[in-house]
Amino acid sequence: MDNIVFLILRRMRQPLLTLITVYTVAITGLIMIPGEDPQGNTWHMSIFHAFYFVSYMSTTIGFGEVPHAFTDTQRMWVTFSLYAAVVSWIYALGTILSLLQDKTFQRALNERSFARRISRMREPFYLICGYGETGQNLVRALTDRGQHVVVIDKDETRTSLIQLQNLRDHVPALGADAQKPRHLQEAGLPHPACAGVVAVTDDNETNLKIAITSKLLHPEIKVICRADSQEVEANLASFGTDYIIDPFDTFSTHLGTAFQTPCLYLLRRWLGGAEDSALEDPVYPPRDGLWVVCGYGRFGKAMTERLESLGLRVVVIEARPDITGDPPAGWVKGAGTEAETLLEAGLDRAVGIIAGTDDDTDNLSIVMTARDIQPDIFVVLRQNHSENQAIIEAVKADMVMHPSAIIADRIRVLLGTPMLHHFVTQAVHQDDSWHCELVSRISALVNQRVPDIEELRVSKDASPAISDACEEGESITLGEVLRDPWQRERALPCIVLLIRRGSAYLLLPEDSTQLRLGDQLLAVGAQGVFSRLRWNLCHGAALDYVRGGRIQSQGWLWRRFAKGRGEQKRYKE
Amino acid sequence: MNPEKVVFGFFIVLALTLNFGFFVGDIENPDHHHVYELFAVVVVNLIATVLKFGDRSQMGAVLLATSLVAMMQLLAASIVWVMAVHGGDGLTPVVMASIVSLSGGAMLANVISVVLLIIETVMLRR
Repeated sequence: MDNIVFLILRRMRQPLLTLITVYTVAITGLIMIPGEDPQGNTWHMSIFHAFYFVSYMSTTIGFGEVPHAFTDTQRMWVTFSLYAAVVSWIYALGTILSLLQDKTFQRALNERSFARRISRMREPFYLICGYGETGQNLVRALTDRGQHVVVIDKDETRTSLIQLQNLRDHVPALGADAQKPRHLQEAGLPHPACAGVVAVTDDNETNLKIAITSKLLHPEIKVICRADSQEVEANLASFGTDYIIDPFDTFSTHLGTAFQTPCLYLLRRWLGGAEDSALEDPVYPPRDGLWVVCGYGRFGKAMTERLESLGLRVVVIEARPDITGDPPAGWVKGAGTEAETLLEAGLDRAVGIIAGTDDDTDNLSIVMTARDIQPDIFVVLRQNHSENQAIIEAVKADMVMHPSAIIADRIRVLLGTPMLHHFVTQAVHQDDSWHCELVSRISALVNQRVPDIEELRVSKDASPAISDACEEGESITLGEVLRDPWQRERALPCIVLLIRRGSAYLLLPEDSTQLRLGDQLLAVGAQGVFSRLRWNLCHGAALDYVRGGRIQSQGWLWRRFAKGRGEQKRYKE
Repeated sequence: MNPEKVVFGFFIVLALTLNFGFFVGDIENPDHHHVYELFAVVVVNLIATVLKFGDRSQMGAVLLATSLVAMMQLLAASIVWVMAVHGGDGLTPVVMASIVSLSGGAMLANVISVVLLIIETVMLRR
């Protein structure tokens, strides 16, 4: 606020001084020079008249000569002051106009309107630092779920993209360096409604700085941070960053899951998938045979480590071992894009190949060449840039690892449905037949699309009907609630995956489980099922109907009437 | 020596001295208070006000505030003068007294301005 006023005042100082001087000189001249009235008497202009005259003269309005016609001396003076005054007005206006177009001034204006928007936010919001591929994915996913976000990115061309992206919610964006605490504060870090900070810039140092600033300035909020190296991860963990996401680690864990418990992997992909995307097919990476890893960068290292820990035989192909460090014994030097190197690595005997260089074209070339030699080889492909989506899809790799998509997916789950994270941690301890059974139950619910996933809560605000019934001491079971409010014989196509009750978790609760106040439910279901379920949760009559097939009288009069006849057992105000 | 400071100090002190010059004399007597002097006071005060624009320090803010007060008082005095001479019964003792007392108020603000200027200067030389 002060910035703008001060900027204007400082810039306007010179033009205003010029105007005052010119006015003063003109007025002084007019009151000094004697005039002559029609009767031939000498008169002197009063200061008021002089000011009046100069005011309309200098703005070129020109009402004429008052109070009497001027003498020639007066006219000469007026001619001189007319030009001087008009020029100084043009100078003043020009300064104001150039100020309005000034970059610094516009920046100050933008920052001010941004700050005002932030201070007006009342609902919880997340602060996303970095609007690259990950940031864009994440912002879209979060706004689609109805959550509020604020974006900050160093590159103003990126933040101005937001206006073109047709997001569901208005997203305030600041084009400033998030490394500076001042900018994070402007973007709402200390705001009481700020629920979390997500640092997903492409620079480790910046992410680190953002995380530490957030933890110091607003310790109780959630901080989620992207990290690409072990040292940075250790550093982030040391000051209590809530979630640290390493795309390569995350993917290698996924691959490990796919090897050991394919159904759990599938479950994870389905439940964590972006809204409205197609259901993925199960993958079964082959375990008996040689794996070839092309590229020994951060990704290649994570993959080699994971595969070796699973007891698989791995051969690494690397073109620049001087940069990446020497791979474990038995590696081959080369790019992997030509058949010779691949054959030297033993591709003709291999069951799987990982194209993991940081160049999409190289990766695609590796996959094509490998398929020429071994048509049904299992392909894991690393995608580096979103723009290459079309050609990556055309290759139809068995698994694609796209760092920004992986990070965005994980953060979306952490922010949108944090209970899913708990569910997966619980589900890991079950054996794979349990996972497979759940997968087939879910696939029966939905139709080739990712299921809706929702967190529900038994509380006065979120489910008034159930909490009222609970308070009256009635016992409500899960099976009673999960019924169609239009036709109670039909069960709603949804499954409750997890109930959180205090610190305890109930995994896949039975239909006979009783609901209690304060329970948190994680449910998965066909698209649109949750809007129907809400009827049962929020509407007393609907709940009565699905529980007992009774249609409750609505309205005060009818209820009194029903009560009088003794039909109405329960009466709620 | 900073020429900017010279000009700044010059106008602030000149605003006070001119104001004083207009103010002294018999409060009801138009002969003791010439209107050209009032005009000069208004102009010099205007310039002093503009010179104080854009200073972000605490001192600058207070200086600007005193100038704005002086300007308000002087504009009120000028308007009273214009109304009396061009629309009313001329400079009666009542009107003259109100013009001069308004300019007296402006002078007080100008005195504060000068005092602040002196304080700032003294603190610089500490």
